[in-house]
Amino acid sequence: MTGTADPGPGRPVPAGTSPLHPFLTAAGPAGPVPGDMAAAGPTSADAEPASAPPTDARPAGPTPTDARPAGPTPTDAGPVNPVLAVAGLDVDFGSRRRRRRALRGVSLSVAPGETVGLIGETGSGKSTLARAVLGLVRPAGGSIAVAGEDVTGYGRRQWRELRRRGVVQYVFQDPLRSLDPDLTVADSLTEPLLIRGVPRQEAVDRVRALLDRVRLAAELLDRLPGELSGGQRQRVAVARALITEPRLVILDEPVSALDSANRVQVLEILKELRDTGVAQIFISHDLGSVAGVADRIAVLYRGELVETGTARDVIARPRHPYTRLLVGSAPTLRGAATVGRAEREALRALLPA
Amino acid sequence: MTTLSDDLVPAATLTAAPPAAAVLSLRGVRITDHAGGREIVHGVSFDLAPGRTVGIVGESGSGKTLTCRAALGILPPHFEVTEGTVEIAGTDIAALTARRWTELRGATVSAVFQDPASYLNPSIRVGAQIAEVVRVKLGLKRREARRRALELLRAVRLRDPELVYDQYTHELSGGMLQRVLIATAVAADPLVLIADEATTALDVTVQAEILDLLADLRERTGLALVLVSHDLALVAQWCDEVLVMRQGEVVEQGPTHTVLHRPRHEYTRLLIAEHEQYGLEKFLAAEEET
Repeated sequence: MTGTADPGPGRPVPAGTSPLHPFLTAAGPAGPVPGDMAAAGPTSADAEPASAPPTDARPAGPTPTDARPAGPTPTDAGPVNPVLAVAGLDVDFGSRRRRRRALRGVSLSVAPGETVGLIGETGSGKSTLARAVLGLVRPAGGSIAVAGEDVTGYGRRQWRELRRRGVVQYVFQDPLRSLDPDLTVADSLTEPLLIRGVPRQEAVDRVRALLDRVRLAAELLDRLPGELSGGQRQRVAVARALITEPRLVILDEPVSALDSANRVQVLEILKELRDTGVAQIFISHDLGSVAGVADRIAVLYRGELVETGTARDVIARPRHPYTRLLVGSAPTLRGAATVGRAEREALRALLPA
Repeated sequence: MTTLSDDLVPAATLTAAPPAAAVLSLRGVRITDHAGGREIVHGVSFDLAPGRTVGIVGESGSGKTLTCRAALGILPPHFEVTEGTVEIAGTDIAALTARRWTELRGATVSAVFQDPASYLNPSIRVGAQIAEVVRVKLGLKRREARRRALELLRAVRLRDPELVYDQYTHELSGGMLQRVLIATAVAADPLVLIADEATTALDVTVQAEILDLLADLRERTGLALVLVSHDLALVAQWCDEVLVMRQGEVVEQGPTHTVLHRPRHEYTRLLIAEHEQYGLEKFLAAEEET
């Protein structure tokens, strides 16, 4: 992929000016255009929690211009200059007496170019976490920083502005929900660029340049979503998410509804995407589908992050009983379960009813 | 009659049955869609003995569900078995009257599908729905039927059968509903249970629990299973024999071990490659070597 990571609204940057690989170096990416941050900066400083949790990898107190320092940020554990830094996040649902905590003290950082698999069962809070990162639910506690910008206290307008910049993009399980049924593929893909003030011809060129990467034939450009197969549709949805050259793409069960051949194709695309420096959060209930693409796996259970580690460690040496049960329940081609029936029963007994 | 209430009887009393006469036999079954004037399923054959499991793997449109529906005598309108035979417990289903079918379903061959909620009435307590099946199929009196329904709910390992008995579908999770449906499906002690994507909509840990439960029933009662899934690994883990279907064709068939280790068809190889490249397998294999 070419172009900068954060083209500001109305400030398209011609393709090929900023290779993405420097993201992976300690120097970090070029900062967002300062002008974009002017409106957001002060408010985000107001919303800064009194004491940032230690896992928060951001330097304390964003400056209004928030131009990234060139050097590495000296912090503890978390990745340097994370694209996403969630710290001690609490989210509640319902009100007053019926209040229920959907997320409890969740901390998760995603480095540039990193793919994090977010695993959990129905109701574990994985989609809630995604919604919080997109500003669709308001946290009850903790902080969220997107590309170094503290967005925790953002209001509706600030979130809209942030989403419009396309720094974080989202892909649904059902591509029909990400695509307007009345827009052709070409219109669906150019629209996000036109909104950002990219001239039409350039938008069209960028769409054409993207098609190869998502394995879409140019003749599909004139079709409507309803005229595409499920696999093609999901690839269009991925393309639409990528067209704004986001720093982070959140994919919610992107392959769950696809058949084998299409699943492999989408997984291949995601794997290549990782190599271009785009960070990804791959949400799934199925450990098997993220195992091959994720650098790290984070396991959510009942609103808490119970285990985070490299894909290899989480799968080969799970520590938390739920993760052990999850790995032990996933069917594998080895013919027998990795964890026997009796042991699964024992693990179930360890988990709260 | 074998009952599920042997729940507390040691499993040794009923070990996996030795190969016996097939309880379900398909011979070159072809299914045609008369509305479209096309043959959809191009010949499926297998024999299923008591206590054994046959797996059918395939994607939507592969014909796996139509094959199951043919075996249950519930093909959709315009669809017909145009060639081949289906025998249930030695009876050719082609000769069955509607009345004989009604007797056979539930009592001899039964099924569970992907979406349990759509097979239960939302406005009737689930216990009453199981009790009804028991009354009709086994001719039990009301009080007896209730007792039996509670036994069944216990046999599918619902934690609090008495509570569940009085609940409505909307009060139960997907995994609990699927248990209720399995309880209903095995209420009349069928010889064959067809599970068509029965765990697809469930979480992986719940899926394993449901499959553990089916394996348990298989071992204790000699139930024969047809397990239908899009996931080769799932089928491989629980079945003795596997059929891989694609576009109405059985492209590969054989003992599970042979299909996994010596796949002949490219489609089977693709399914295996997907797991090897993107599944847990590479991490688990590497771990074993160290």
